[in-house]
Amino acid sequence: MSKDPNIVVYFAHLNIERSMINRALGDAVRDLPQVNFRDLHELYPNFFIDTAAEQTVLRHADLIVFQHPIYWYAAPAIFKHFQDTVLLNGFAYGPGGNALHNKDFLLVASTGAPLEEYQPSGMHHYSFDQLIRPIEQTVRFCGMNYLPPLVLHGGNNLSQDDINAHAAQYQHLLAEYKPTDVS
Amino acid sequence: MEEHSLLFNIFIYLLASVIAVPISKRLGFGSVLGYLLAGVVIGPWVLGFIQDPKDILHISEFGVVLLLFAIGLELNPARLLEMRKPILGLGGGQVVITTLVLTGIGLFYGLDSSVAVVAAMGLSLSSTAMALQMLTEKNLLSTPAGHSGFSVLLFQDIAVIPMLAVIPLLGTSMTGDAASGFDWMVLLQAIGVILLVVVGGKFVLRPVLRIIAATGLREVFTAFTLLLVIGTSLLMDMVGLSMALGAFLAGVLLAESEYRHALETDIEPFKGLLLGLFFVAVGMSIDFGILLRDPLLIIGLALGLVVTKMFILFTIGKIYGLPMSQLPLFTLVLSQGGEFAFVLFGVAKTTGIFHAEIYDILIVTVALSMITTPLLMVLHDKLLLPRLDRTPAAPMDEMEDEGHPVIIAGFGRFGQIVGRLLHANGIDATVLEHDPNHIETLRQFGFKVFYGDASRLDLLRAAGAERAKVLVVAIDDREGALRLVESVRENFPNLQIIARAWDVGHVFQLLEKGVHAYERESFEGGLRLGEEALKQLGFSAWRAKQAAHRFRTHNEETIDELYQHYHEDFAVRVRISTDARERLRETMQSDEDHLAQQSDYDWRQTSIDVSTSSPDKSD
Repeated sequence: MSKDPNIVVYFAHLNIERSMINRALGDAVRDLPQVNFRDLHELYPNFFIDTAAEQTVLRHADLIVFQHPIYWYAAPAIFKHFQDTVLLNGFAYGPGGNALHNKDFLLVASTGAPLEEYQPSGMHHYSFDQLIRPIEQTVRFCGMNYLPPLVLHGGNNLSQDDINAHAAQYQHLLAEYKPTDVS
Repeated sequence: MEEHSLLFNIFIYLLASVIAVPISKRLGFGSVLGYLLAGVVIGPWVLGFIQDPKDILHISEFGVVLLLFAIGLELNPARLLEMRKPILGLGGGQVVITTLVLTGIGLFYGLDSSVAVVAAMGLSLSSTAMALQMLTEKNLLSTPAGHSGFSVLLFQDIAVIPMLAVIPLLGTSMTGDAASGFDWMVLLQAIGVILLVVVGGKFVLRPVLRIIAATGLREVFTAFTLLLVIGTSLLMDMVGLSMALGAFLAGVLLAESEYRHALETDIEPFKGLLLGLFFVAVGMSIDFGILLRDPLLIIGLALGLVVTKMFILFTIGKIYGLPMSQLPLFTLVLSQGGEFAFVLFGVAKTTGIFHAEIYDILIVTVALSMITTPLLMVLHDKLLLPRLDRTPAAPMDEMEDEGHPVIIAGFGRFGQIVGRLLHANGIDATVLEHDPNHIETLRQFGFKVFYGDASRLDLLRAAGAERAKVLVVAIDDREGALRLVESVRENFPNLQIIARAWDVGHVFQLLEKGVHAYERESFEGGLRLGEEALKQLGFSAWRAKQAAHRFRTHNEETIDELYQHYHEDFAVRVRISTDARERLRETMQSDEDHLAQQSDYDWRQTSIDVSTSSPDKSD
């Protein structure tokens, strides 16, 4: 496949105006030619998600990115609503539901607490991977490849340089992305 | 007795009706018997106020014509087509069998064959006026019995035409005149006139009605409605067709037009008065001289007629499969002789088939048989009905009123949005709109819009306010909306009223009148545009939306709070309704207070972003 890969980045943040990390991350990839950047709160401030349009976007993507801060061990609410209204039976799973098969999935998340807190002795008790199992299993259930997530921990105590370095890494990852499954 | 002036006669009719009808209704006999008895009392045999009821009978037959026009309005051609089975089966069966049986009885008693046939034909017909009046009065027209009864009546109304055509032939064959044979010219004329009415009704009438409606003068519209009915009837009469049938045809042609309800409402009082007058005239024309001369014969004939008709109706209804609970009503309501008998017998008398003696006897018989119906109806309601299976009679689809759950009053810029949203979700609404120019456009897009001033109670009733669930008050008239809400609350207490409000002052007034929900016409639009302005200034869509939500909630709370004062304190009420500037100041002040709360909210939002106060909420 010589064609450029197609990447869709789904994004959500409840207070984008005050965001430090996620806005910087978003800005780093938003203008890449192969990226379709979709801010869910900007697109659907009424929570009325256009199922057909988003299914079309997903069909054309080789890589699907969910980029968001972690709120209460999960994505912001609009991501859950997105899953409930777009990843439907017959599209994402169930009979004939193979639209997402073999696509790549990447979670790009940020947390407030540092990595050390994600262990039995830490504030959050479980490992980060354990806590986001619902996301991982959703991805697998839809037949996608779950790429290792890109997580920025300790968001509450990061320097601008840390953030910039992370943003550059994110940008590089998407710019250099090649589909894992070349069929 | 001296000749009374027209006004005096009218005075007598009205007085008699106004006294007799309420008494009759109060006693449970319905209005028809009241009219009939009023006629008897003021007629030549009791008080003698009116000496010659013939003229009045003639004029008042126009009430029957209007009745059929009104019925036609309820039936569009498609519904009529659906009803062809009961019309032909029940109606045809009833007329043919009754005529044959009555002819047989006549021949058995030694009547001349042509006399027997004509008498049987006339007596086989029931009284459309009486049956429909009673069915409508008791709201039974949509029951299976009412529906079947109507079908039979319709067939009878059509059957009158060939009957009228046949009588002169019988007459001529009897008197030995050279029968001129079947007159093809007459048939051609009749067909021509019917075509004229159909084509004219379909293509000319609606534009003309629109022009008339556009004048905005209600009396002109009413005048045109009457002109239309009288014109059609005269046209029909000219070529020897039944006037009532012509009016019915005109009604059917207008049944699909947006002016249906307006027409219906306009002729309603004329129809009611003339029908009443008709029954009064029937009462007056009972010749007690004949009755007293041979009471046994006359009463025997009347009862015999009613029993025979009832027996045949019962049998036919049974064969046709009417449920047991419906059969008695169907049987009763059609058991009398009717107004068409008067017409047919009149023709028979002039063509020489009937002697004056037979004519008089038959007329009295028919009139008496009409008195029995309201009495039988009382027996039915009081004795029979409680014993019958009281499962509610399921209304038949064909005759069902337009049971739309929603009525939208006012279909301008505002009401249209409501209507389109409902329409898009498969909910039909009956729409009332007073601007004829709107109506035409909307009809082109498949909306069912009726012409009329929504604040008129009679129009609301015609639009089905008794059965509807929700009334959307969207009219473009502040005061009119208040009047409408008040009158609907009073007359249709079960109807949920949701209303378009102008401003806060109007909101309070509407709430006072008892609306269940309101929406300020410009509030949501203004809010949306404000949200858009925030976005243009760089707010994210989400933040702008949240700001609008917050503003709306705050604003609605303020209104609720103010309304409480409005309710308690007359001074506040006066201030609110008079001083708009003060109201604005108050509102702005509360917006400022609200701004303080909002920054508080923002501060909390900030604390979430930069601290670890909640588990794992980053950035």
